[in-house]
Amino acid sequence: MTSIIEVESVSKSYGGVVANRDISLNVEEGKITGLIGPNGSGKTTLFNSIVGYHPIDEGVIKFEGQEIQDLRVPQIARLGMVRTFQQTRIYNQMNCVDNMLISVPHRTSKFMDMFKPYAAELTDRAEHLLEFVGLYQKRHLISGDLSFGQQKLLEFAMALMNEPKILLLDEPTAGINPTLINGLIDRLHRANEEMGVTLFVIEHNMRVIMNLAEHIYCLAHGEMLANGKPEALQNDQAVIDAYLGAH
Amino acid sequence: MITETRTTLFYVALLTISVAAPFVFPAYTFQIALLWIMILFAVTWDVMGGQMGYNSLGNILFFGIGMYISAVVQVGLFYDVGTYTAHSGAIVPVFSHDQYFTGLVAGIIAAGLGSVILAALLSQVVFGLRGPYFAIGTLGIALSAGELIGAWDWVGGGGGIALPKYPGEPDDRSLLYYFLCFISAGATFIFFRWLYKTRFGLAINAIRDNEEKAEAMGLHTLQHKAVAWSLSAFFLGISGALFGNMTGFVEPLEVAFPTVTFGIFMVAMALLGGKGTLWGPVIGATVFHVIKEVTWTHMLGWQWVALGGLIVVNVVFFQQGLMGWAQDKWPERFGLVVDKGMSAETKGRAQ
Repeated sequence: MTSIIEVESVSKSYGGVVANRDISLNVEEGKITGLIGPNGSGKTTLFNSIVGYHPIDEGVIKFEGQEIQDLRVPQIARLGMVRTFQQTRIYNQMNCVDNMLISVPHRTSKFMDMFKPYAAELTDRAEHLLEFVGLYQKRHLISGDLSFGQQKLLEFAMALMNEPKILLLDEPTAGINPTLINGLIDRLHRANEEMGVTLFVIEHNMRVIMNLAEHIYCLAHGEMLANGKPEALQNDQAVIDAYLGAH
Repeated sequence: MITETRTTLFYVALLTISVAAPFVFPAYTFQIALLWIMILFAVTWDVMGGQMGYNSLGNILFFGIGMYISAVVQVGLFYDVGTYTAHSGAIVPVFSHDQYFTGLVAGIIAAGLGSVILAALLSQVVFGLRGPYFAIGTLGIALSAGELIGAWDWVGGGGGIALPKYPGEPDDRSLLYYFLCFISAGATFIFFRWLYKTRFGLAINAIRDNEEKAEAMGLHTLQHKAVAWSLSAFFLGISGALFGNMTGFVEPLEVAFPTVTFGIFMVAMALLGGKGTLWGPVIGATVFHVIKEVTWTHMLGWQWVALGGLIVVNVVFFQQGLMGWAQDKWPERFGLVVDKGMSAETKGRAQ
């Protein structure tokens, strides 16, 4: 098993608040890994540290064996690590197809590539991915006019358009209606199996993460509380206490 | 097919009117030439302000810099600039026909390129600023450029610098500059129309809508911003060179760096027409210029009040501008439709 992301003893504080203390974890290539924990346990902070959104205080973060803790967000993204946001971020004045087209990977782009037109294959690929998330019919509408759930699906499709090696999803099902959630779980599985994208998912909905992930890490108060298979974690007393509020 | 024919007809009609205008209305040649410069202003401002979401209040910088670069090149090719400006126009050196045109061509090219270099250098500094800070920062640069040039004796300081006198009839001169302005504005429009269809167009739109997202997706944001500003600067520099030669005399505060008139007009025109659209700035510039000229003629003394009122109404009640309003009213004409087709596979077949 090769690890695509290795986090070694990472700590991050905001002023006096220690958001992450001595966190270590591995995300295995080709798998779906989960990250759970109560509100304020440091999940999003850890995501932000991994993708280079802010500098970390201590520790090492490796992507495919290469140290990335000193790289900046766009550089890390161009290595093939893409994240979605808890508060959905799309280009809200552009239509869905344009949102997809601008999300093509920029890994190898040269200066003059800026002035190239989009090839028909790319539009075709964009439309297929929009169909994959169920937005094909609305592809010419301005994305900001879509419902919140549809915007989340669009953001997921945009991430896939970027052909990432790994996709970090921050609460992909938050705010999505329960009947759509099953469809989304199915799509995440398909993205993982058919497109070969490794997934690293923050999720609050226990039913979702138990159905999705093969290995789960649980944070509480900025520290690593437990990790293991979903079934094992479900019966772990420390995890149950953290979620039910016992200290 | 029908729309294509219509579009072609529309452009042919526009071209015909533009070419015929100075012959049909010779008394308005300067005013219409100025309209072309206004269109160039609005279109180049909209690249940043409308398409990329960076509201620059200092784009007039490149207009002034282009003007000065052109003046210095046109004079400097044949005379010593310091000696020339020291006489403050008391001695009028003669430029031959060949000297005049060699200088003009070299001046226009240098103005465009010089502005690009300046924009590329400034990009490394100003794009650390966002939102209102960017607007104020660029405004500061434009204002200080005017003051700095005003204190620089070699280029005539506050007294300014006279451009070479046109070696021919005044009517020929008007026509020459009319067509140079028309060609620059047309080239600017055609260039950006093309640019917006490339990846670059979507990239700067993405920066406008959510720059953090664009970075998270791996876009080279600084590179796009610097190139967008440099391209605007290129055309603005050329417009400065032309305007300087049209007026014949350049001085720092009123002609070269008119921050509170032209500098604000370019923003107001793009907003009026609808920022972030291709035709909005063109329509906005035309409407604004006509209103400005009419109020100057018929409401003298009240013209600034009228223009100020127009800007207030625009910003408070009509933020989307003319093109934005049209898009809200007829969304299907702008392609904002729900597709009845169910799948990407069956696209293009009968449904």
